[in-house]
Amino acid sequence: MSEIFSPTVAPPVRAEPVASEGAATRTVLIGIAIAFLALFLVLPLIAVFTQAFSKGVEAFLAAFREPDAWSAIRLTLTVAAIAVPFNVVFGLAASWAIAKFEFPGKSLLITLIDLPFSVSPVVSGLIYVLLFGSQGLFGTWLVDHGIQVLFALPGIVLATVFVTFPFVARELIPLMQEQGSSEEEAALTLGASGLHAFRTVTLPNIRWGLLYSVLLCNARAMGEFGAVSVVSGHIRGLTNTIPLHVEILYNEYNFVAAFAVATLLAVLALITLVLKSFLEWRFAGELAHGRSH
Amino acid sequence: MKNGAVRNRALGLTMLVGAGLVSCLLPAQAETALLNVSYDPTRELYRDINAVFAEEWKAKTGEAITVRASHGGSGAQARTVIDGVDADVVTLGIPSDIDAIAKLTHKIPDDWRTKLPNEATPYTSTVVFLVRKGNPKGVKDWADLTKPDVKVITPNPKTSAGGRWNFLAAWGYAYGQDKDAAKADAFVGQIYKNVPVLDTGARGSTVTFAQRGLGDVLPTWENEAYLVLQEFGAEKFDIVSPPTSIYAEPPVALVAANAERKGTAKAAQAYLDFLYSDRAQAIFAKHHYRPIRREAAAPADLAQLPEIKLFKIEDYQGSWDEIQKRNFDAGGLFDRLSRAGR
Amino acid sequence: MVETPRRKRTFRRPSVIPGFGLSFGYTLTCLGLIVLLPLAGLVAKASGLGLSGIWDVATDPRVSSALRLSFGVSAVAALVASVFGFLVAWVLTRYRFPGRKLVDAAVDLPFALPTAVAGIALASLYAPDGLLGAPLARLGIQAAYTPVGIFIAMVFIGLPFAVRTVQPLIAEIDKEIEEASATLGANRFATLTKVVLPPLIPAVLTGFAMAFARGVGEYGSIIFIAGNLPYVSEIAPLLIVIKLSEFDYGGAAAIATIMLGISFLTLLAINLIQTWSRRRFGYV
Repeated sequence: MSEIFSPTVAPPVRAEPVASEGAATRTVLIGIAIAFLALFLVLPLIAVFTQAFSKGVEAFLAAFREPDAWSAIRLTLTVAAIAVPFNVVFGLAASWAIAKFEFPGKSLLITLIDLPFSVSPVVSGLIYVLLFGSQGLFGTWLVDHGIQVLFALPGIVLATVFVTFPFVARELIPLMQEQGSSEEEAALTLGASGLHAFRTVTLPNIRWGLLYSVLLCNARAMGEFGAVSVVSGHIRGLTNTIPLHVEILYNEYNFVAAFAVATLLAVLALITLVLKSFLEWRFAGELAHGRSH
Repeated sequence: MKNGAVRNRALGLTMLVGAGLVSCLLPAQAETALLNVSYDPTRELYRDINAVFAEEWKAKTGEAITVRASHGGSGAQARTVIDGVDADVVTLGIPSDIDAIAKLTHKIPDDWRTKLPNEATPYTSTVVFLVRKGNPKGVKDWADLTKPDVKVITPNPKTSAGGRWNFLAAWGYAYGQDKDAAKADAFVGQIYKNVPVLDTGARGSTVTFAQRGLGDVLPTWENEAYLVLQEFGAEKFDIVSPPTSIYAEPPVALVAANAERKGTAKAAQAYLDFLYSDRAQAIFAKHHYRPIRREAAAPADLAQLPEIKLFKIEDYQGSWDEIQKRNFDAGGLFDRLSRAGR
Repeated sequence: MVETPRRKRTFRRPSVIPGFGLSFGYTLTCLGLIVLLPLAGLVAKASGLGLSGIWDVATDPRVSSALRLSFGVSAVAALVASVFGFLVAWVLTRYRFPGRKLVDAAVDLPFALPTAVAGIALASLYAPDGLLGAPLARLGIQAAYTPVGIFIAMVFIGLPFAVRTVQPLIAEIDKEIEEASATLGANRFATLTKVVLPPLIPAVLTGFAMAFARGVGEYGSIIFIAGNLPYVSEIAPLLIVIKLSEFDYGGAAAIATIMLGISFLTLLAINLIQTWSRRRFGYV
C-alpha cells in the first residue's frame, strides 16, 4: 500500500531522448492528462469554493458564527489529537519490530496492518457498533458500568484510529527496512542504550518520513465520514465532527454554509498537499521508496 | 541492566498511553442537558421549541437547561437509541419506530402510547404534493402519481418515516376507493415504478427535488412542503393538497430507563408535557404542523392548513405491528414491489 | 556491554538490537484490540446466521444486486482509472512541461479531500442543472443519481492509487533498453508494447486492485451522488446502513462479512501479483 505515498523521484531527463514520442503526440498526451485531471480532480475542488462564496463573503462568514460549527471543529481537533499520536506510537513500534528483526509470519503481519485500508468505512463503523452498542457483545457490561463508548468521543476516536491505522506504519516500515540496522548496531556497540540509540540514530533518520505520514494520517483522521457517521449519534453540538456538520447543514438546505464549512476541510487538504509536495521535493532521499515489500 | 531501564521507561510510556486511552473511555462529564432524538424534518421546529422550553424552565425552576437535538431518518435515529444514544426523549416520525425501541431495549415501556394525551401525539400532519410552479403535469390526486410520465420523488420507506407515510397514504387512498387490498397493493407498485431516486431520509428527497431539480412531484410532509416554499422560493413550486390523505401521527415518548439513570426524568417529562402547552401548540402551527389543540394556535397559521379528508391507516390495516410487518419488514409489500418492479 | 537476550528465542533471529519484545508485543496488542477483535466480532455476529443464513442474505435479490453494482461499477471505474492513471503517470515522469509539479501534486487531492466534501462537490457539478451535468443532460446522459454518478465518484477515489503505483516504475525504466530497441529497428509502438509495457503490468494490476478495493468500500462521496435506488443505484455499503436502520444487525453483519472477505481476496491478489512480479521481473 505504501506505493501510494511514495514520492516520485524522476531521473534526470536527457536533453534529447532518442526513444520518445514525437512532439505532437507528447502535446496531445499532456493535454489529455491535464484535461482529465482538471475535470475529475480540480473542478470539484473549485466547486466547493465557488458554492461557498456564491452568496457573498457575508453569508460565508455567517456559517462560522454558529456555535455548533465551533463545537464540530473542536471535536474534530480533539479526535485527531488522540488518533494521530496513537497511530504514531503504533507505527513506530510496528516498524521497529518489523524492520529491525526477522521472524516468521512477518508478511502476514504486514497484510493485517494493511487490512483497514481496504475495509469499507461503513464496515469500520459497524464493527464497533456490534462490539459496543447496547445490543452488542460488550453492550450490557458497558451499560452496567456507566461507560459510554458509542455516540461519544471514545467511539469516534476508535473508528478514526481504525481507518487511519496503517498510515504511519506503512510509511515507516519500508523506510526503516531501506536504512537497515547497521547504524543502530554501531551505536549500541559504542555503549548507547536502546532508547538512546532510537532517539539519536533512528528518529533523525526517519523524521521526514514520520512527518510525511503524520500529515496524511491527520488529513484522513479529520476528514473521515463513513465510519464516524455510523458511530456518532449526530447530536448537534456534541458528537458532530466537521464532515458530519457539513452533511447536516446540507440537509438543512443551508448549502452555502455546508460548502463554507467544507472549505475548511478543502483548505486542510490543500495545505496537506503543499507540505507533502515540499517534503517530497526537499527530502526525497529520506522518504520511503515503498517498493520493499 | 540498561535493557531493564529501557524496558521500564518504555513500559512507563506504554502505560501512559494506556492511561490516556482508558481516561477517554470514562463517561463524559454530566451537565444539565436533555437529548431529544428526533426525525428529519423537525430541525427548525425543535430549535424553536427547545429555546422556549429552556426559557420557561429557567423561569419556573431557576435552573438552566440545554435541550440538544439529533436529526436523521426516523429508522436510523431509532437505531442509534437502540445502540445506546443517551436520549431522554424520542420524538420520531412514526409509531413503529418507537415500538422498535421499546421492544428491543425495554428502555421505553410497551404501553408508551397511553402515557401522554392523544396517544402520545402532540401534533399531527399529513402528506401533500409539492410540484413545480404551475403544476405542468397536472397532478391533483394520488391517482395522478401512477401516470407513466410523472416522476415521483419519495424517500426510502425502509429508513424514513416520511417515506412510510407516503407509502401508506397512497395505499390508503387506493383502498378507500373500493376496499380491495390487492388492488391497493398494485396501485402502490404502479407509483413506485415512477420513482427515479430513493433517498434515505425526507430531507434527502427534498434536496433531490428542490435543489437538484429531479422529478415532477414530491409527496411529502405538509410542514416540509411549506418549508421548501420558504427556503427555495414560492415562485418555483406549488403545493397541491389532495382531497384525501393520511392522518400522520409523529409520536413522542420518554426514554424512561435513560432519563432515570441520568436523573433527568423530571425535566424530560416536563419537556414532553410542554409539547402539549399553548405555547408549544402555537409553535407547531407556525411551522405548519397540525396542532391537536387548535384553539392555542394563531388563526393565521391555521388558515394555511387546508381541509383535507384524513384517514387513519390503522382503520384499514390494524395495529402498528401489523402495519409494519405487512408493508415494510423483510419480505413485506415494499420488498415484493421493488423486486417485481425490476 | 550489550546484553545478549537472556532467553534464546527461537521465534526470531537473534539480533543485538533491543526492544523486540516490547515493540512486537505492543504491535500485536494494538492490532488485536483495534483491528482483529472487532473484525472477529463482526464475523461472529454474521456466523450467528450460519453459512446458509449468510448465503440467503447474499442471494437476496436486493443484496446481490447491490453487491453486483458495487463490484461491477468499481471494476469499470478502476479500469478507467488505471488507463488514465497510466497516461497521467507517463506524462508526469517522461515529459517536461510548465506546471508539471503542480499537476503532480494535484493527483493526490482525493487522498487529502474528505469524501463527504468530494461527494457534495461532485453532486453539485453533475446534477442535471450543474456545470457538467447540464451539458451531459443535453447529450442524453444523466450522470447524478444513476450508476454513472457512482462511476464518477469511484474514478475520483481510485485515480491516485492508479497513478502512484506505476509512477515510480516508469521513472526507473532503463532508457537504454528503449534505445536499443529503437536502434534494432523497432518502431515506437512496438518498443512500447513489447519492451516498455510488460514489466509495468504488475504495477498497473496492483494499482487496479487498490482502486478497486477502495471503490467497493467507498461511502461518503457516493451517497450524495448515487440516487440510492434499490436494484439500480444502491451500493453495498449503503445497504449495510439501511439494514442497520431496519434493526437487522445480522443482515448488516452478513453483508459486511461478504465485503470483508472480498477485501481479503483483493489484498491477497495484490500480494500474489507482487510475488509473481518479483519472480518474473526481479522487483515489485
